[in-house]
Amino acid sequence: MSAEIKEREPLFSAKNMRLIKNPINLNNPITVQVLGICSALAVTAKLMPAIVLSISVIVVMAVSNVVISLLRDGIPPRIRIIVQLVVIASLVILVDQVLKAFVYDVSKQLSVFVGLIITNCIIMGRLEAFAMSNKPWPAFLDGIGNALGYGIILIIIAFLRELLGSGTVLDIQVIPQWFYDFGYQNNGLMILPPMALITVGVIIWVQRYYSRELIEKN
Amino acid sequence: MKALRKFIDKQKPHFDLGGKFQKLKSAFDAVETLFYVPDKVTKTGSHIRDAVDMKRTMIVVFIALIPALLFGMWNIGYQHFLSHGEQPDQWTMFFYGFLEMLPIIIVSYGVGLGLEIVFAQIRNHEVNEGFFVSGLLIPMIVPPETPLWQIAIAVAFAVIFGKEVFGGTGMNIVNPALTARAFLFFAYPSDMSGEKVWISGLPDILPDTFSGATPLGNALVGNFDQMPTTYEMFIGIIPGSIGETSVLMILIGAIILLATGVANWRIMFSVFAGGYIMGLLFNLWGLNEYMQMDALNHLLLGGFAFGAVFMATDPVTGTQTKKGMYIYGFLIGIIAVLIRVFNPAYPEGMMLAILLMNVFAPLIDHYIIESNISKRLKRMKIAIKI
Repeated sequence: MSAEIKEREPLFSAKNMRLIKNPINLNNPITVQVLGICSALAVTAKLMPAIVLSISVIVVMAVSNVVISLLRDGIPPRIRIIVQLVVIASLVILVDQVLKAFVYDVSKQLSVFVGLIITNCIIMGRLEAFAMSNKPWPAFLDGIGNALGYGIILIIIAFLRELLGSGTVLDIQVIPQWFYDFGYQNNGLMILPPMALITVGVIIWVQRYYSRELIEKN
Repeated sequence: MKALRKFIDKQKPHFDLGGKFQKLKSAFDAVETLFYVPDKVTKTGSHIRDAVDMKRTMIVVFIALIPALLFGMWNIGYQHFLSHGEQPDQWTMFFYGFLEMLPIIIVSYGVGLGLEIVFAQIRNHEVNEGFFVSGLLIPMIVPPETPLWQIAIAVAFAVIFGKEVFGGTGMNIVNPALTARAFLFFAYPSDMSGEKVWISGLPDILPDTFSGATPLGNALVGNFDQMPTTYEMFIGIIPGSIGETSVLMILIGAIILLATGVANWRIMFSVFAGGYIMGLLFNLWGLNEYMQMDALNHLLLGGFAFGAVFMATDPVTGTQTKKGMYIYGFLIGIIAVLIRVFNPAYPEGMMLAILLMNVFAPLIDHYIIESNISKRLKRMKIAIKI
């Protein structure tokens, strides 16, 4: 009997790459699934905190997806949420300590929002929906993809808000002084959270303009 | 008149599909219907068309705004020369204000109508008349010293995010003119409040007994001895946003709106009632000098009257049910006075009160209709039992 030897899937097969690409555009956690909005509004007044938070989320998400995926057969279904939370929480504490040690200023600006990564709906959602039923490598890619999709939106919002709200990018003055002499002023509304929401709306608008398949048929 | 008709007819083919300027069809339509009642006829079913279409309704509001607008222009000049300690004749004052006001109006209409035409063209709609009034309202609710580029950005923001994203005129949740004002207020606070912005061309050295602050600004910091008299506030010879100062002129506008049936008296009445009652309540409480201020003054100060007459009565963003109108208006009045007295960051609460209630208006309507349905159902059940 010639048992079919299951061919090993290459690490970067088309199917696996889709796990990374999809969440960045067509299944973006923020603009399509509308998850993780709270931190997208809170930490995007400046670009630096947004970048740091994005990196933290990428790390936490990738590692926790792998860990949960490894444990997935051993977790009793009734307490799976608790186990997931324990994994995320320990990772977040690690990230928080690293941030405090190396980028103390940014960590202070981020304040509670590093801790609140634990409650970030995207992470819980991916653990529950993907890592619990997939092998470690796809789970790792899925984690990276979703966190990247989240991070990209965060960075776009933060870039626009810092540029228009403070006239700087990464705290470097970008809008020249003669602009101000001419009567230009920074837009105070961009610093306030409502404008982050409107910016998310604009990003969704642009995204749907280019990806028509996202528009709901009624 | 015939010549105009002929001219328009001659130009028409150029704008139809395949014509030279087909991209500008919506703009052409807008101009044509401004002069002539459209000859479009409904093809299916039976319809009765009122001769008063949206464009005529909007023109009534436009006419109602004119007294306040003209007075506002005069007042800009009056305040300007007062701050310089001069006393020229009335026409000089009016002309000065007119020249100050004109660029603001041109920018407001230019940016707003430009965007409207672009959106109408993309969506294959007619250009809506909605902006006809908003475009005049926006210049009237800003301080005379507002930089033009800020007005341009605010108008663009209001048209796009206040109106077009919801589907254009008639679909908007919040009043576009107030959206523009709120945008300016939060984005450029230094040009929207304080003592320097309310008078155009304010000199560095002020004459004695003259400060550029509005009565509301004075009330907020407790300068009650500098408050103008009730008569001055009623006539409107006080610093403030361009069209909002004169309660008298606004009342003339209100009479025009009510007589033609364009605005609803229930909303207007209940806004004033709400503000007055809240003022009386504060009088009873009387913790500080602001609370002790005559309740009537609250109705004369700042943008209260203007908001009540021209903003709260907006048929699109307000409530539609009769009971709902009372609730809606009453809450606007109460919240406006509440914000004024209690929140030191916002000297004028009218804008925020109306925007807040705009958001709640559909909810109020919903519950009024629901309660009506359940009332009728009950009645029917009793009838069936008998």
